[in-house]
Amino acid sequence: MNPKRSNAIWGFVFIAPQLIGLLAFSLIPLIAAFVLSTLDWDGFGAAAFIGIDNFTYAFKNPDFQKAMTNTLYFSVLTVPMGIFLSLLTAVALNNVRMRVVYRLFFFMPVVTSSVAVAIVWMWLLNGDFGIINVLLKLTFGIQGPQWLTDLHLVLPSLAIVSIWKGIGFNMVLFLAGLQGISKDYYEASMIDGATKNQQFWRITLPLLSPTTLFVTIIAVIDSFKVFDTAFVMTSGGPAKASYTMVYHLYELAFKNFQFGKSSAAAVVLFVIILFFTLLQTHLSRKWVHYAD
Amino acid sequence: MNTVKTEPVQALQKRTQHRAPHLKLDISKLVLHLVLIIVSTIMIAPFLWMVFSGLKDISQIFIVPPTLFPHPWYWENIHRSLTAMPFDKAYFNSAYISVSIVIGQLLTCSMAAYAFAKINFPMRNLLFIVFLSMLMVPEQVTIVPLYIILKNLGWLDTHLSLIVPDSLFSAFGVFLLRQFFLGIPRDLSESAYVDGANMWTIYWRIMIPLVKPALAALAIIAFLGTWNNFFRPVIFLSTTDNYTVPLMLSTFKGLYVTDWTLMMSGSTIAVLPVLLVYLLLQRYIIEGITMTGIKG
Repeated sequence: MNPKRSNAIWGFVFIAPQLIGLLAFSLIPLIAAFVLSTLDWDGFGAAAFIGIDNFTYAFKNPDFQKAMTNTLYFSVLTVPMGIFLSLLTAVALNNVRMRVVYRLFFFMPVVTSSVAVAIVWMWLLNGDFGIINVLLKLTFGIQGPQWLTDLHLVLPSLAIVSIWKGIGFNMVLFLAGLQGISKDYYEASMIDGATKNQQFWRITLPLLSPTTLFVTIIAVIDSFKVFDTAFVMTSGGPAKASYTMVYHLYELAFKNFQFGKSSAAAVVLFVIILFFTLLQTHLSRKWVHYAD
Repeated sequence: MNTVKTEPVQALQKRTQHRAPHLKLDISKLVLHLVLIIVSTIMIAPFLWMVFSGLKDISQIFIVPPTLFPHPWYWENIHRSLTAMPFDKAYFNSAYISVSIVIGQLLTCSMAAYAFAKINFPMRNLLFIVFLSMLMVPEQVTIVPLYIILKNLGWLDTHLSLIVPDSLFSAFGVFLLRQFFLGIPRDLSESAYVDGANMWTIYWRIMIPLVKPALAALAIIAFLGTWNNFFRPVIFLSTTDNYTVPLMLSTFKGLYVTDWTLMMSGSTIAVLPVLLVYLLLQRYIIEGITMTGIKG
């Protein structure tokens, strides 16, 4: 057998399992999601083609609007604060002794099941007996709010949980980025008389920008996929105040069996996430400072 | 004589010169450590509160001011949680599902990655781009069609619905391992090829041992990702006996939502073994996740 043919056969043998998986469980489902979004189908009877009706319905649907604004608000609440705090802790940990011990603690929530995290925080944030409100009362004499049943506080409360859970992940990425900055820059600038402050703004931050961009985009995308905490802690309530995009498409598909409408919501979510992914590629070419 | 007299003076000057900034540095370091200790406490306090609340009697958790440690320790809660819900069953399910997926992914991803990196076959670049683009598709977007496919295969409410899709497809795994295979010099496989080894032998005997660190990183990420996944189990599984640990815990919460001691001991049971493994392997876990930038 000639080597070219042999290579072709071996190549396809090696990628066969993943290729089958790609087609059956990812590519075909993705195409199907677009097709389903144009259908009126409950999963059992006949499906009818209805064009863009599912999308026009979605944008008029108060549930969809609520889910969309809630998710955007959640994103605004979690991303900047999460990035800021994790960058701060990474810089603090960068040249400190026992870094490994602190890192161990900060990273613990990352490996913990989101369901367990949700349940524990339900207890911590409980309006009547939760330790947070009890401590507020004992130390400051303040009557703490109903964190999870107040219309205006429920999303900020979920945001706190999300930031707490994610800070360790962002932090280790920042730490890796900081370790990657050559010591030469700091030594050279020290000889030129730069202060610590100047070093941070002129060296650390610019050279860390690839990491910052990566972490930010991941955080934005993650915030759009929020589901577990809202599902377990509040069931999207009170009065849909913590109802999110993924919750919406979950409910449409698996509670109401409106597969077409759910797929339309999924397509919208996909377009948003795709936008941020492509933005990352674009921005990293344009703005980011790379050391070399 | 002169040198003997002047040397200690110079040394003293040196030491004093050095000591002043050193002392100042120590204070700022001390403050930094103090802040870090406080923040670390905030990070682990929820875990401690979970464990201690789970070992209190229901009357103890409403005491004002609250006590940190249970008095007396109420170990029966563990037993009560275990009998209230079949956590042992859920543990077994989660363990074998996650291990199956890890083994499946290591094998299929490394095979595909090896082919993409080292074998010249038609449409290789096009297919690789298709794999790469799938990185941009979150599981939430394809969940409905996937559900319909699994329903037609008759796999809903079986563990196949979780094991097979994840074992057979991970764009991330292929991408990660390909990067590592690309770093292996060509001479190595070519000399083996000249010696008469076929592709499979080269892949299995030469290539796989060389990418072990990457395989370990992928194994960790795949394990954490499937162990903690809630979205797919909550949609695909419906029989309690089939539940994974997070799904069991969520159901448990639905049933005992007012009994905080039971909920906390249940959460402790669900979380503690994973945390123990984390404490043992933390360096590898954190480094694996840092290396790849994926949470699992």
